[in-house]
Formats: sequence, structure tokens, C-alpha cells
Amino acid sequence: MRMEVIRPGLLSTVQDEGRYGYRRHGVHPGGVMDTFAARAANMLVNNSRNAAVLEMTMTGPELRFHENSLIAVCGADLSATVDDHPVPLWRPVGLLAGSVLKFGRCRSGLRAYLSIAGGIVVNEVMGSRSTDLKTGIGGLEGRALRTGDILSAGEASCEAQAMLHPLLEQVKLEKTRMKAPIWHLSSREWPLYQLEPVIRVMPGADISKFTKGSLERWYSERYVIAPQSDRMGYRLEGSRLELERPMSRLSEAVTYGTVQVPADGQPIILMADHQTIGGYPVIAQVASVDLPVLAQARPGTRVAFQPITREEAQRLFFEQERGLQLSAAFIRRRLAETGER
Amino acid sequence: MLSPLGEAGVMIRLGDAISDEVHRRVISICTWLEERPFPGMVELVPSYASVALFYDPMVIAVSTRSAAEKGESGISPYQHVCRMILARLEMLEDSVHNQSRTVVIPVCYGGPFGPDLEYVARENGLTPVEVVAIHTSGDYLVHMIGFAPGFPYLGGLSERIATPRRATPRLKVEAGTVGIGGEQTGIYPVATPGGWQCIGRTPLKLFRPEHDQPSLLQAGDRVRFEAITEQDYMEWKEGEG
Repeated sequence: MRMEVIRPGLLSTVQDEGRYGYRRHGVHPGGVMDTFAARAANMLVNNSRNAAVLEMTMTGPELRFHENSLIAVCGADLSATVDDHPVPLWRPVGLLAGSVLKFGRCRSGLRAYLSIAGGIVVNEVMGSRSTDLKTGIGGLEGRALRTGDILSAGEASCEAQAMLHPLLEQVKLEKTRMKAPIWHLSSREWPLYQLEPVIRVMPGADISKFTKGSLERWYSERYVIAPQSDRMGYRLEGSRLELERPMSRLSEAVTYGTVQVPADGQPIILMADHQTIGGYPVIAQVASVDLPVLAQARPGTRVAFQPITREEAQRLFFEQERGLQLSAAFIRRRLAETGER
Repeated sequence: MLSPLGEAGVMIRLGDAISDEVHRRVISICTWLEERPFPGMVELVPSYASVALFYDPMVIAVSTRSAAEKGESGISPYQHVCRMILARLEMLEDSVHNQSRTVVIPVCYGGPFGPDLEYVARENGLTPVEVVAIHTSGDYLVHMIGFAPGFPYLGGLSERIATPRRATPRLKVEAGTVGIGGEQTGIYPVATPGGWQCIGRTPLKLFRPEHDQPSLLQAGDRVRFEAITEQDYMEWKEGEG
């Protein structure tokens, strides 16, 4: 299965769940920013959870499919269409060979994920297919998509192929180029990509070093995501956060969701492509259930932060995980049913 | 000593100052745990005075569930990981010490590769030759690799050549550049913007994504710099491909 890039969009990169085991070499895990949407997209086309997908930011690409394909688009709504017909999100979609998938205006969220049955095939670097723009490794030569690139997918699973055939039969009958089944991933399961999200955070290692007033402001006021935010970090603008007294702190490991506060008092949330070691005081750590929500927040978004305990964060994470596993079982059953017909 | 780093990490803190003694403990704990992994342990990140251990909460949850089924009281994945770490650290033998390597880094100092060498010399009332002599006489310790892939945090720079960072960072510092930033010295593994004083460049590749050990240097290594000529540099570079 091949897919040709007619227009690359603002920033479209090949990503999987990340590059683990190399942080001690200074290599961040990277990988998809919205782990939920990417995983859902893979589930819907019966891929393994770590299959490589396309992460498309803000302005999506235009892609021509050279063969019949089963795809899914999850996450942000970038007005995906095939022949001017809207492509439904959060469900599998069968496409006829020659179809052109176009993305347009960003209606909600920031990053959309495109999965293809079989997964995008590129060479693995350090155990991952994720593109790392900073070091130029992974994905397509470590860079974002360009016009004329050809992406190949691996072989679709039997279940995905069995799902695709009846959809394409329908396509022929209806004289269209694309068909989705009526079922989809329940909206109850999606993370809420709100306009003014409330992000739950756990206390960070240096929280006790901040002034009482700073902590009150941190939890009661909204912070705006600054324009210079990217896959490495989100810079926030808002009330200045101050330390009780200046502290010098040794640099140590940081991770996705760590909230650092440099001397100017404006917090920075480390995202998927964060540096591995940081030296600024850490005020908080974003609960992992809310990282997908944050990943979908655009520059200019007003964010509020709400404290939760680590136990609570872990409980929410397991709940989300259970939901995803139930959805996966449901999808497998649906795929099997479609295949039998 | 143990504290959480989010929901999938534990920070093991061993001190709050940079010292060879703390560093030795960091490296021995890192090596010890690495050789005794438990299900769900993902990776370890040593730094100046701490080791971060990352784990997979889903795998840990399975272990804690089976423990609960055996009648043991329910504990959280974080508590479970802490127990696993403490059980291992209890057995930590004092005799554990890493065989530290010494890596020699050839550097072509000054000229186009080290545009700030003159400045570093002037600031410290030395000649460029003296700066090179001091820089190459030092024995440096790699405290950790981080910030960027393969970037070594080196301890042991002589105060005689310590120099403040540039007022305006360069937009691009070439890969292999050896720099001085305050009392630190280091090597940029990949081209990046940077504010350190650039005194030379090594033909060695510090970040090699195709290798099993993608970072040439590792925490615990010792480093010595060796001055080479521009011609040596060129020949070496060709050999490195």
C-alpha cells in the first residue's frame, strides 16, 4: 500500500509510541503527542498499538492513495474530505485506490492522527519509527513530510482486509470513493478537547520552594499557551511564579508533562520531545490522562491547573486504560462480524 | 531518598552537591539496578546526584494485583516500585564499583574550529597556547549525558580557564565543537544554537544513532582532551565517514 504526498501540510511527521531505553544517552522518547488519539486510530484499523501513524498539525496534508486502503483519522478535526465528502473521525474508513484525502481548516484540537491498516513502514532507529526533527533521525530521514514523498504501509491484518472488502462493495454500489461503517469509537471514551481545558497536575519535586502566593495563583488563575510552543515544550504566559528564596538546584531527569519554572517565573510544560535533563525548579507534573488534552491545545488556549494526588492520577490512568481495552475488544468483535457477512 | 516523578517514574536522590563521591554512588546504583531489573522497569537516567527509574505502570499493576490475590494488602504501583528498588538497594554491595573508562577526545583547537580561543585566553590573562595546555592537562569526569543526544556534562575544568558564556548565543554551533560555559566544559554532539565559548572541534562523532550505545560517552567515563592539527582533524574526519 502506497500513499503519495501531494501537499505536506504545516507539520506532518511519522510517529509511533516513542523511543524508549535511550534517555541515559540524552535521547528523549518522543513519539506521538496525543497517545490516546494515535492508539485509537491504530485500534480502528486493527494495527498493533505501536504501529507508525501520521501526526498532522494544524494544517493537514493532501494525500493520494495508490491502492484500496483501510484508514482511520482520530484526534483534531482538520476537516478531512475525500471528493468533498467529509471523512468521519474515530471510525475505520475504506478508500478506493486513487482517492485523494484532503485536510482543511482546523475545527477543533491541534493534531490529527492518520492510521493505515498495516502501519506506515519506515526504518526503525533505536527501536522506534518516530521522527525526531531535532536530531534528524527516524521517520522519513528525520524530517517532516514533503511534496512528492511516498509512504508505504505494511500488510494489513486479515481482520482489516475482511473489513475493507464489504466497505468497498458498498462503495461500488453507491458510486462513491469511500465508506465507513455506522459504528465508531464511543464519544464517551474520547478525551475532552475543550476550548479552556482544566489540566490535572501532581505536585512537583520543588513545589514547597514556591511562595504561598505563587501556588495560589498557579491553581486559581489561567495560563495562556504561548505561540513559541512546540513538540518540545509549551511555554505558558500568566502570573509570575516565584520561589521563597533563590535556589540552586542540580540538573536531573525530567519527563513528558514536567512543569519547570525558569527565573522569569513563566512556567514551561515539557512535551514529547522534551530534553532528558532539566535544571529549573519543578512545580508540577501533568497527570498522564490529561497529556492528550494538552497535546491538542493550540497556542492562545487558556489553561487552568487543578491539583490531584498521585494515587488519583494513577487511578484515572487505569480507568482510561480499561476503557481503551474495552473499546479494543468491541472493535475486534465488530471487525469479526463484518468479516463474516 | 525516593520520591515520585509523575506516575511512571521514581527519583532516587543521593545527595545535593556535585562530588566524586556522590557520583560514584550514582553510577554504582545505576549499574546495580540495571543488572537486576524487575518486570515493568523501563530505563534508568543517572544525573549529578540522582538516578531516575522509569517504569510501566500497567505491567506493575499486574504484579501488584497478583500480590493482592495472594492475600497481601493492596499497594499502589508507585509503592510497589519503591519496594522493588529498596529491596535491591539493601543488597547493594560496597564492592560494586564501575570500571571507569578513559576516553581520549582529539581536538583541533583555535582557528575556524575554535573562534573563541583568543577570547578565553584574553579573559584569563593567558596565551591561547596556555589555554590549550590547561584544557588538555585536565582529567574530566562525565557526570551525565543529557539535554541533547550524546551531550556530556563534564566536571573538572580548571578555574584558570573558566569563562562566562557569550552575551549573545551563536545561532549555530557545529557538531563536535568543544566549548567552555562558565566552569563547565562540554562537546556539542549535534549542530545546535549555543552560548558557550567555542575553543575547538573534535572529529569524533559523539552521537551515533546506528550504534547499540548511541552516545560515545557514558556517565562515569573519564575524558582527556588531546590537541591535534587541522590536517589530523581532516584525516580523522574522513576515517569517521
